[in-house]
Amino acid sequence: MAPPGAAGNGLLTSERQTEMLRFATAGSVDDGKSTLIGRLLYDTKELFEDQLEAVERTSAQRGDSYVDLALLTDGLRAEREQGITIDVAYRYFATPRRKFVIADTPGHIQYTRNMVTGASTADLSIVLIDARKGVVEQSRRHAFLSSLLRIPHLVVAVNKMDLVDYDEAVYERIAEDFSSWASKLEATDITFTPISALHGDNLVERSANMPWYQGPSLLYHLEHVHIASDRNLIDNRFPRAVGGAPDGRRAPRLPRLRGPGRERGVQAGGRGGRAAVGEGDAGQAHRHLRRPGRGGLLPAVGDHAARGRCRHLARRLHLPPSQPAGEAREFEAMVCWMTDHPLREGARYAIKHTSRTARAVVDEVRYRLDVNTLHRDEEAGGLDLNEIGRLRLRTSAPLHLDEYRRNRATGGFILIDEGTNDTVGAGMVLGTEG
Amino acid sequence: MAYELSHLRTLESEAIHIFREVAAELERPVLLFSGGKDSIVLLRLAEKAFWPARFPFPVMHVDTGHNFPEVIEFRDRRVEELGARLVVASVQESIDSGRVREETGPRASRNRLQTTTLLDAIAEHGFDACFGGARRDEERARAKERIFSFRDDFGQWDPKAQRPELWNLYNGRVRKGEHVRVFPLSNWTELDVWQYIAEEGLAIPPIYFAHEREVFARDGMLYATSDFVELLPEEEPFAASVRYRTVGDMSCTGAVRSDAATLEDVVAEIAATRITERGETRADDRVTEAAMEDRKREGYF
Repeated sequence: MAPPGAAGNGLLTSERQTEMLRFATAGSVDDGKSTLIGRLLYDTKELFEDQLEAVERTSAQRGDSYVDLALLTDGLRAEREQGITIDVAYRYFATPRRKFVIADTPGHIQYTRNMVTGASTADLSIVLIDARKGVVEQSRRHAFLSSLLRIPHLVVAVNKMDLVDYDEAVYERIAEDFSSWASKLEATDITFTPISALHGDNLVERSANMPWYQGPSLLYHLEHVHIASDRNLIDNRFPRAVGGAPDGRRAPRLPRLRGPGRERGVQAGGRGGRAAVGEGDAGQAHRHLRRPGRGGLLPAVGDHAARGRCRHLARRLHLPPSQPAGEAREFEAMVCWMTDHPLREGARYAIKHTSRTARAVVDEVRYRLDVNTLHRDEEAGGLDLNEIGRLRLRTSAPLHLDEYRRNRATGGFILIDEGTNDTVGAGMVLGTEG
Repeated sequence: MAYELSHLRTLESEAIHIFREVAAELERPVLLFSGGKDSIVLLRLAEKAFWPARFPFPVMHVDTGHNFPEVIEFRDRRVEELGARLVVASVQESIDSGRVREETGPRASRNRLQTTTLLDAIAEHGFDACFGGARRDEERARAKERIFSFRDDFGQWDPKAQRPELWNLYNGRVRKGEHVRVFPLSNWTELDVWQYIAEEGLAIPPIYFAHEREVFARDGMLYATSDFVELLPEEEPFAASVRYRTVGDMSCTGAVRSDAATLEDVVAEIAATRITERGETRADDRVTEAAMEDRKREGYF
């Protein structure tokens, strides 16, 4: 049997080095989200002829006077019938510099849970603002959710500039409005761009209609925004490692996250010598293993093993010490509630954190946050569908937690209703107590 | 010092994580393998996720009996190389036992019948997770589907009640009789699949490369002549240099005119194409606006 990863004929080396950026767009009818996505796909030649024809045909059948690009991403029958986005759709395009994954998410408040799903893995979030309407409740909500999920980069696209005569003053007023409100958020990188999705202004090329705008086009920004430092590569975390004997005779073991391993600071599965790395760990492993003097690289367990170096794995995994994750049974977290059945104090759920599942009880609802005004209601006592609040949780077994702001992978968790098996809550760890 | 991974390695890493999650959390997974390019990549990723051990689940092929012989041959060879256990779920057997009724006429296809065969096999073997090679860029209903896609005890997908799926935390909880479809290639595009095949040096069935074949034109597509298709009176077979972009039944998979003889040629052709793979080669998607969504609701791949 040929070992995996042994081949590789050097084909297509240029494409191979492309980096991937995931971004989320949120919005609803009329704010130009679909037009923007359609336009980006069209201009990067990812909109295919048969897709465009299908959309034109449907638009004509409905008697629309224009081609409704929302039909491209609104993939479900119910969405096309109601003319709204209900669930997140994923779209893909690439330029020579990067591959992009778009999570096209709904803007309506009643689909917040789907927006949060799409945004949870994003590197960047685009908030669309209609230049005629300025900053509205929905734009604030989207920006808040983006910051809550710690999407590292936020782009505020002021759309429909053509309808306000490409007026700089309109744009400046909106940017100021937004900035003063956003100072309440923990957003680190906010970029403003005036665009017209319909006419393509400042999407791919800088627009001649807005000579007063000195910044990059939207696509240029997406291609160049620096994302390599966004992930926490300082603290060693290996939630789901595979252990196994190098000779392949032993069945793979799938250890769960344990306490600090033999190597200082490594939160690894597997015992010392047999740990290998999996998803989310590869970038980190690269960092250490490509260090001068350490040699070698360890992109994924298969590749590494294929080169017959499995037995050296242990030696190569001697990582420098880092801050170990906290170990806690009680902690506080922001939780987005995702089911019709309300959350109440005292309720129990299954909690899934990295590769470990335990039980959790809601000791206290500290407050419910109004996602539009950021007002904290300390009397709430519970959360309804799509509501967000700060909870104090206690778990049946200790979890190895990080604050979500330090590490999205080890600071995020989901709550599962053990009666229905549904995912009912998404949580972000704020801090631990003992 | 490199901090970034290339997009292919990022996708690979995501898929490997998904394989391990399923192996750790579900009792009886199975990998759906058709011998097509996507499931070839899927199989490679499964191999990598557990290397140097063998991946801990069997592979299953839903055999319509109308497959390309080159593909079946490839399937058997690959499975043997891997030493994996192959389960063949046969549509012919479903027909023979009266579970489904064969369509008739020139446009007859076994495409839809596969769903019953698939669901029966899942029930028979008690599989609680099926890895599939579906990608979100293929079709707009698929663009909406989660990586872990829950199926009730009728095998149905409910697009309006999908489990929220955050970060890389997957909820694969099922009760007896229910299962999850798991799509590790969700975020891959057709081009990613080809680049990965090239980079990994993976073997693929010969019909993906240009070859001479007897075909006939129908509804703007070229189909291979075979025992499985009845020609309409006006349809005249002719020889052409073609290749396949997707691999399905001979009765509903169209060929494209091509001279692409090597992987480089194929990738160059894919990178330049202006038509989607399903739009160009799949009759089964052309039935209605929501053909895929409707079939998926019933339990299709």
